[in-house]
Amino acid sequence: MLCWSCRQPASGHFCPSCGKIQPAQATDYFSFFSLPRKLNIDLPSLEREFYRLSRKLHPDLFARGSAQEQEWSTEKTSQLNDAYRTLKDPIARTGYLLELEGVKLEEQSRSATDAARQTGAEKKQVVPPDLLEEVFELNMQLEEMRMNKQVGEDDPNIVRDLQQAQQHFEQKLNELTTELQNDWNEWDALIPAGSTEPQDQQARIRVRDKMVDLLNRRSYIRNLVRDVNEALS
Amino acid sequence: MNNELIVGIDLGTTNSLVAYMQGETPVIIPGEDGSNLVPSVVALDNHGQFVVGNPARKILIEHPERAIYSVKRLMGRGIEDIQDELKLFPFRIAQDVEWGEVLRIKLGERELTPPEISAIILRQLKKNAERFFAAPVSKAVITVPAYFNDAQRQATKDAGRIAGLDVVRLVNEPTAASLAYGLDKKKDGIVAVYDLGGGTFDISILKLHEGIFEVMATNGDTHLGGDDIDNRLLAIAMDDIANDLKLDIRRSGEAVQALRKAIIETKIALSAKTEANIDVELPQGKRYQRTITRERFEQLAEPIIQRTVQPCKQALADAKLQPDQIDEVVLVGGSTRIPRVHTLVKELFQREPHTELNPDEVVALGAAVQAHILSGGSAVTQDMLLLDVTPLSLGIEALGGVVAKIIQRNSTIPASATEHFTTGVEGQTSVAIHVVQGERELASDCRSLARFDLKGIPPMPAGLPRIEVKFLIDANGILHVSAREQRSGKEAEIEVKPTYGLTDDQVEKMILDSFDYAEEDFQRRQVIEARNEAEIILTALEKGRRAPVWQRLSEDEKTQIAQREAELNGARKGNDYKQIRGAVDALNQATMNLAELMMDSAVSSALKGKNMDKTEMEGGPTQSHPIAPAEITND
Ligand SMILES: Nc1ncnc2c1ncn2[C@@H]1O[C@H](COP(=O)(O)OP(=O)(O)OP(=O)(O)O)[C@@H](O)[C@H]1O
Repeated sequence: MLCWSCRQPASGHFCPSCGKIQPAQATDYFSFFSLPRKLNIDLPSLEREFYRLSRKLHPDLFARGSAQEQEWSTEKTSQLNDAYRTLKDPIARTGYLLELEGVKLEEQSRSATDAARQTGAEKKQVVPPDLLEEVFELNMQLEEMRMNKQVGEDDPNIVRDLQQAQQHFEQKLNELTTELQNDWNEWDALIPAGSTEPQDQQARIRVRDKMVDLLNRRSYIRNLVRDVNEALS
Repeated sequence: MNNELIVGIDLGTTNSLVAYMQGETPVIIPGEDGSNLVPSVVALDNHGQFVVGNPARKILIEHPERAIYSVKRLMGRGIEDIQDELKLFPFRIAQDVEWGEVLRIKLGERELTPPEISAIILRQLKKNAERFFAAPVSKAVITVPAYFNDAQRQATKDAGRIAGLDVVRLVNEPTAASLAYGLDKKKDGIVAVYDLGGGTFDISILKLHEGIFEVMATNGDTHLGGDDIDNRLLAIAMDDIANDLKLDIRRSGEAVQALRKAIIETKIALSAKTEANIDVELPQGKRYQRTITRERFEQLAEPIIQRTVQPCKQALADAKLQPDQIDEVVLVGGSTRIPRVHTLVKELFQREPHTELNPDEVVALGAAVQAHILSGGSAVTQDMLLLDVTPLSLGIEALGGVVAKIIQRNSTIPASATEHFTTGVEGQTSVAIHVVQGERELASDCRSLARFDLKGIPPMPAGLPRIEVKFLIDANGILHVSAREQRSGKEAEIEVKPTYGLTDDQVEKMILDSFDYAEEDFQRRQVIEARNEAEIILTALEKGRRAPVWQRLSEDEKTQIAQREAELNGARKGNDYKQIRGAVDALNQATMNLAELMMDSAVSSALKGKNMDKTEMEGGPTQSHPIAPAEITND
């Protein structure tokens, strides 16, 4: 690639010859920070790098530049911000990596639930088998709580049960976080030094699928916690 | 490269200010009347000319129908949004404004949109700055409430353009305030900025780190401020008047304005005293008199002040912080002078808030700092960089009217999101997209930003086209959309129809319509001002010729003066203000000695206890001037 301004060979954010900002390129978030696709990330150094790049790329520094340079700076900074926001959050980071690995995570979000309700469509939401019994019980309690609310009654037993369920599921979320850490370590170990991706394709898919399952369970439980909180409020 | 002149503007609900960076400190540029605050009031005078600020406020009291205030409340809003405000504010909305349309407000014979009215205020500030610098000013940083949505920001930017200003950046008010504080503090830590002004409330939480001002979370209410307290007191006073004095003043604009003014004065007095009187003359020779204690006032204002609590809690939660993790709290906005607000903030953040900087001025000062940074900066601002966030989530209306969020609130800007769309019917060539802003689950509860059609999709079986749409929120917090059909590689056309905004064509037309704008306006005003200066010095010279000291000048000096006088008389017939100014300066130089002689004689006569020789000095310049210094004229 030649620099648009001085026509010398250029790569990276700035031309090595004349220092002008270069057009924004499509890139994944790990590459933007020149990181391998590892899930254990040193957050303080990620933050330092974010600040360092902000000081070079932010549109404030190009207020006197051409419209084209301003546009590139805005685009690059949006990539930087999007990448930083995603990578600094453990769950968002994991989800993003799985997307890069070609997985479409199940829609467990609130809006998907509502959309399903509105359209009457069956929502793809598989109850994790080991939770089946607990979820069944919880749903009954929630139903009872709602009915109580409708008639303006207050059953302290139900409230107590729900509070217990709330604690129980939050405990489960914590366990999942520990489990996720193990998966991260396993994934990262697959990436040989000097490489950005796992080389062992079989292991790659195995660990990937473990994490997909874990994130789905996690968002399922989070939705349960949300429903309980709503019922209790 | 030389730094360009960019001014910082606080376009407030109640007051507006313009500031710039003088060396290492930001300073406010005063208006012609010497005051820093320009009331955000626009009125039509007897000659059908727009006036702004204090003169407009006078007209507001006497002829409320010819004046508009608090127009910021209407920026970027539609008729359906403002039904509640209309009960409280005497906005005269044109009858034929329809839902989803930009508002038009009646002022005299004319109908103006909110951006046009704001532009009149901006033009006044621009003029004040140009007078101050004696040079054109064409670039500005304008502040907006952090919680302003896309439409409100766009409307503010449009107002700048209509006023002939290139709006280099929109900066959030609390963030600007933190810049003004950070400039001399230079300390790392977590800062909360609580900004309660005339019409809006913002709370922002920032992390300061080696000159980077990183906003962690922001929240607020764009319709909460001192105005609301005034309205509540006004409603109570009007009830009192109806009950006790058997007088209904609701229909009388003048009486309401007089009462409103008195209430605001009382409110302000109660920030310093524990008791204040309200005393207003009403129609039919009646009079409303009351004594209000601070306690009673606080009782009445409490529900409004309490409305700031939830946004503060939400901002803390979004920043994942406990109140005790906040290192500093800064108070911004005139309404934070209310003692109860002060104590509430102290309770909320468990910390004594900062009030070193004038809360009315700090936002404009911060805007000047940001303007300075954008113009290239200097040693003081070298390491300073603002990283702001978008206050509201951005979403797309999905099936069943629910919102699919694509950019979460409190994301650092610029921020972007890419979404893919397809067709539902065979051969479909366009797809409609509805973009909304807000936190609610249903699109109908969120703010509609724009609807657009992706057009020019090549006919294909249903579900086959893959249209990639990129949403980008820029550093001003304003949304840009672009789209591409990926299978054909064709750039899809987008026609964005802003829901409550002005189209580009409308803005262009308004720029043309606003008769006095930009360069041409500046030239004309400079010529008028230069001619006035010429007039002043020539009149003074006339007086000097008749003064006894004239005889003490040498013949040579007298010829010099006559020559310069002739040159100035020639120049002031022309339209070149630089030539006129040059000739004025030359005549100033030539009459230096005369001026000194006159001053000496004036001083000695004053010392002798005589009255000033009125005939000699009358009509002379009142500004400092070589021929007769202003200090001596005693009028
Ligand atoms: N001493 C005081 N005590 C109480 N209220 C005051 C005092 N001084 C000013 N105010 C109120 O502060 C408000 C104006 O504040 P400010 O100038 O900061 O707002 P603004 O910038 O015009 O508004 P906004 O930021 O909402 O757009 C008015 O409602 C005014 O009545």
